[in-house]
Amino acid sequence: MSARETILGRVRAKLPKGPEGARREAVELHMAQHPRNLIPARGQGDIDHRIRVFTEMMLAVGGTVEIIDDINEVPHHVAVYLRDGNLPAVVRRGSDPLLAKLPWHRGGTLEVTEGPAVDADRASISHAFAGVAESGTIVQISGPENPTTLNFLPEAHIVVLESAALFASYEEAWSKLRNSMGEGNMPRTVNMISGPSRTADIEQTIVRPAHGPKNMHVIIVR
Amino acid sequence: MPENSPRVGLFVTCLVDMFRPSVGFAAVKLLEDAGCTVEVPEAQTCCGQPAYNSGDTASARAIALNVIAAFKGYDYVVAPSGSCGGMMVKHYPELFEPGSTDHEEALDLSRRTHELTSFLTRVLKVEKVVAQFPARATYHDSCSGLRELGIRNEPRKLLASVEGVSLREMTDSEVCCGFGGTFCVKYPGISDKMLEKKLRHIEATGADTLIAGDLGCLMNMAGKLKRVGSAIKVRHVAEVLAGDYGTPPIAEAE
Amino acid sequence: MDLGAANFKDNVGKALADDKLQNAMTETGPRFIYKRTKAREALPEFDQLRDQARDIKDHVLDHLDIYLETYEAKVKATGGYVHWAETPDDARAAVLDICRKANARMVTKGKSMISEEIDLNQHLEANGITPVETDLGEYIIQLRNERPSHIIAPAVHLTRDQVEADFRRVHTHLDPKRDLTEIPALVEEARAVLRQKYLTADVGITGANFLIAETGTSIIVTNEGNGDLTQTLPKVHIVLASIEKLVPTLEDATTILRVLARSATGQDFSNYTTFSTGGRRPGDPDGPVEYHVILLDNGRTNVLGTEFQDMLRCIRCGACLNHCPVYNAVGGHAYGWVYPGPIGSVVTPALIGIENAKHLPNASTFCGRCEEVCPMRIPIPKMLRHWREKEFERHLQPTSMRWGLGLWAWMAKRPKLYRKATALAARVLANQAFGKGRLKKVPLASGWTEFRDMPAPQGKTFHQLWKERRS
Ligand code: SF4
Repeated sequence: MSARETILGRVRAKLPKGPEGARREAVELHMAQHPRNLIPARGQGDIDHRIRVFTEMMLAVGGTVEIIDDINEVPHHVAVYLRDGNLPAVVRRGSDPLLAKLPWHRGGTLEVTEGPAVDADRASISHAFAGVAESGTIVQISGPENPTTLNFLPEAHIVVLESAALFASYEEAWSKLRNSMGEGNMPRTVNMISGPSRTADIEQTIVRPAHGPKNMHVIIVR
Repeated sequence: MPENSPRVGLFVTCLVDMFRPSVGFAAVKLLEDAGCTVEVPEAQTCCGQPAYNSGDTASARAIALNVIAAFKGYDYVVAPSGSCGGMMVKHYPELFEPGSTDHEEALDLSRRTHELTSFLTRVLKVEKVVAQFPARATYHDSCSGLRELGIRNEPRKLLASVEGVSLREMTDSEVCCGFGGTFCVKYPGISDKMLEKKLRHIEATGADTLIAGDLGCLMNMAGKLKRVGSAIKVRHVAEVLAGDYGTPPIAEAE
Repeated sequence: MDLGAANFKDNVGKALADDKLQNAMTETGPRFIYKRTKAREALPEFDQLRDQARDIKDHVLDHLDIYLETYEAKVKATGGYVHWAETPDDARAAVLDICRKANARMVTKGKSMISEEIDLNQHLEANGITPVETDLGEYIIQLRNERPSHIIAPAVHLTRDQVEADFRRVHTHLDPKRDLTEIPALVEEARAVLRQKYLTADVGITGANFLIAETGTSIIVTNEGNGDLTQTLPKVHIVLASIEKLVPTLEDATTILRVLARSATGQDFSNYTTFSTGGRRPGDPDGPVEYHVILLDNGRTNVLGTEFQDMLRCIRCGACLNHCPVYNAVGGHAYGWVYPGPIGSVVTPALIGIENAKHLPNASTFCGRCEEVCPMRIPIPKMLRHWREKEFERHLQPTSMRWGLGLWAWMAKRPKLYRKATALAARVLANQAFGKGRLKKVPLASGWTEFRDMPAPQGKTFHQLWKERRS
């Protein structure tokens, strides 16, 4: 007997005997309906509230946030951010269409490279799939548009978050994902990111960064 | 006694019976002052917790049946201990098969049983006691009373009404003192480490008196305080509420 | 399998005498507690979420066969592989096989308790593959050849100077003049060394906090980002998970995630919560090409359907350790195996046999703080008591204790005799105290009097005095 059969057989032998059909139905129904459980009130409110809570939470975990009105301003803000952080004026991005069509020349000498991150990259920029106010969390999905390595290898990770994608809760981000990918389907990787990398493994003292970015900067576009 | 005086069976607890009867008498006084008729069933011994916590469920069950029989018919059963109270309230029903007569009786006892300070405040609605007791005190929350019976404000509220008592909170008052029944003799080193931390918090308050509601914890803490030569006096909450400062503190000379 | 759990008493003796350990524990214990309290206070719905988290896991355990099948089918459908492992041997063999097929020489590893449970590192090393732990705490203890002393903070038993000494010993490139006395300098050094490992590893191995049946997804939760670099850069990603990690849906995972970080570190959410489903998709410029999941049983099915089933709800947050006065007194290594603290004392006997872990369920005062803080509302004291029942049934407790308690219980069932015996004992002890109110030594009670005096009885028992008062 294979390990699979042994394990499943043992599980079945141990569980309360109920009509098999009903048990299966209960599971299938639950997965088909994927009901939301209790959602904390904290993030819920109009966009101003969500921006406020998101910002508060992101700052609390060592990230930074700026809020702009015009998406075409992004290149300028990226350039300023890098300069203020004493970083070279080079930023890595994926093939994300929104980022691709930004007027990057407005970033002055800013150089934009395309593709997944490499170790030498100092800064990257991604377009957020969603933001979650309740814990100041960014949701990124993998793929050529916003490669996963952009989230982890560079020293500074800049994220563009459109206010329409800034939700109160994780559940709303899941709904958006279900709508875009179909029920039960996931991209290879979904990264929920709440602030720059940190560790408290030595004497429970928080140090940033550990292995990932030292800085996380979110540009919210209203 | 008034007509409708509740009939209370006092569960003395084995430690109070053998080591410190004054706690039992203080409890009787408090209950009588609050208008109860107190009786002490002879057939009681111990609540059975040591057996239960050692995995000897059969003995625990037999002892529980004895207690249930001894306290049949009382309006209330009151113990000057959150630990024995917790055993009777929370664990007796777990000892018997749901649906059985024994289970019903255990549930019945459970519903009638209370720890002393919570009985006074919650059931009898006692707001204050009339007593004097000179003490700069700090209160240790014994684990069972706190977590099984939710007792926290009750003793503090009553203590605040005693003339002469001032209360100051210690850090981590809700952390175990290291008694744990047989634990403290099976793992004396760990128990002692826990006690050391407890002592530091007690001493930091500057209190001259340590109060708690369980004699086991009190004997543990008093034994350590005296071993290290501390002058802090150790008292059961019932003694303080009854104004019994004549009896020497726990582990101290007459 | 080392059976350090059987040597609990010796381990405790060493731990209590270890000043460095005691310092580390005194420093860190209160910090964890403070942070959790703050996080809990900041979320009014916290306790309700705990109820829901418990219910979700209970539902899964009651339908575990179906969820496992559903999950497996979904992983396969997304191009991943599932390897069922009944025993640690099976799991080790599966991992080695995957590594060999990938011609792996070096593997990076995210934090995984299952890896500890199956002693994976030793096995890989014995077969010529170098495992490199990348979680900072795990990395440090790997350098020291130790086990983690805490589920989420593996090096919590160490102080910075010990870490510095280990780095200087192993990182031979280090300039002796470089200042490593501060914690950020130590972290920076580890970051630099490990960055090169991520980039050159052939296989990345991580654990899983949850597996989602609906989508065939595994979840890891980290703050350092090490798990993500571990699983994203190499060509092959192996997930080590045990069968009880299943949850039904994204929504259910989300609910439990809300209580996980708060209970563990007091964060609202961990820095990196990563959902992985299969390997690289067409067009993906990065990420692992192959995605494997090892599904380990190792005794968990024995627990299903028994009075111990609730332990399978555990999400390894570590809150019960942080709040345990016994854990804080002795540290994690005293427990002698992989899982320390209250939940360790419940899980270890189930996984390695109660006869090999006799002390663990007894080393508790039943203070109940673990159950009070457990996000999954696992009744830990009750489970410990069940283990004691098993020990009693199988006569595994020390004879002296059995006899002592047996005699006492025999008396307690005979009130008349009990009255006489206690009256006698009270009088004898009171006399021996010679009016001092306490005794320094009591025959047969050295466990008590080693560290404390024994308060003396007042003389007569309450029942004697009550009788006198009545008559
Ligand atoms: S038993 Fe509860 S508190 Fe302990 S690690 Fe598991 S989930 Fe956390």
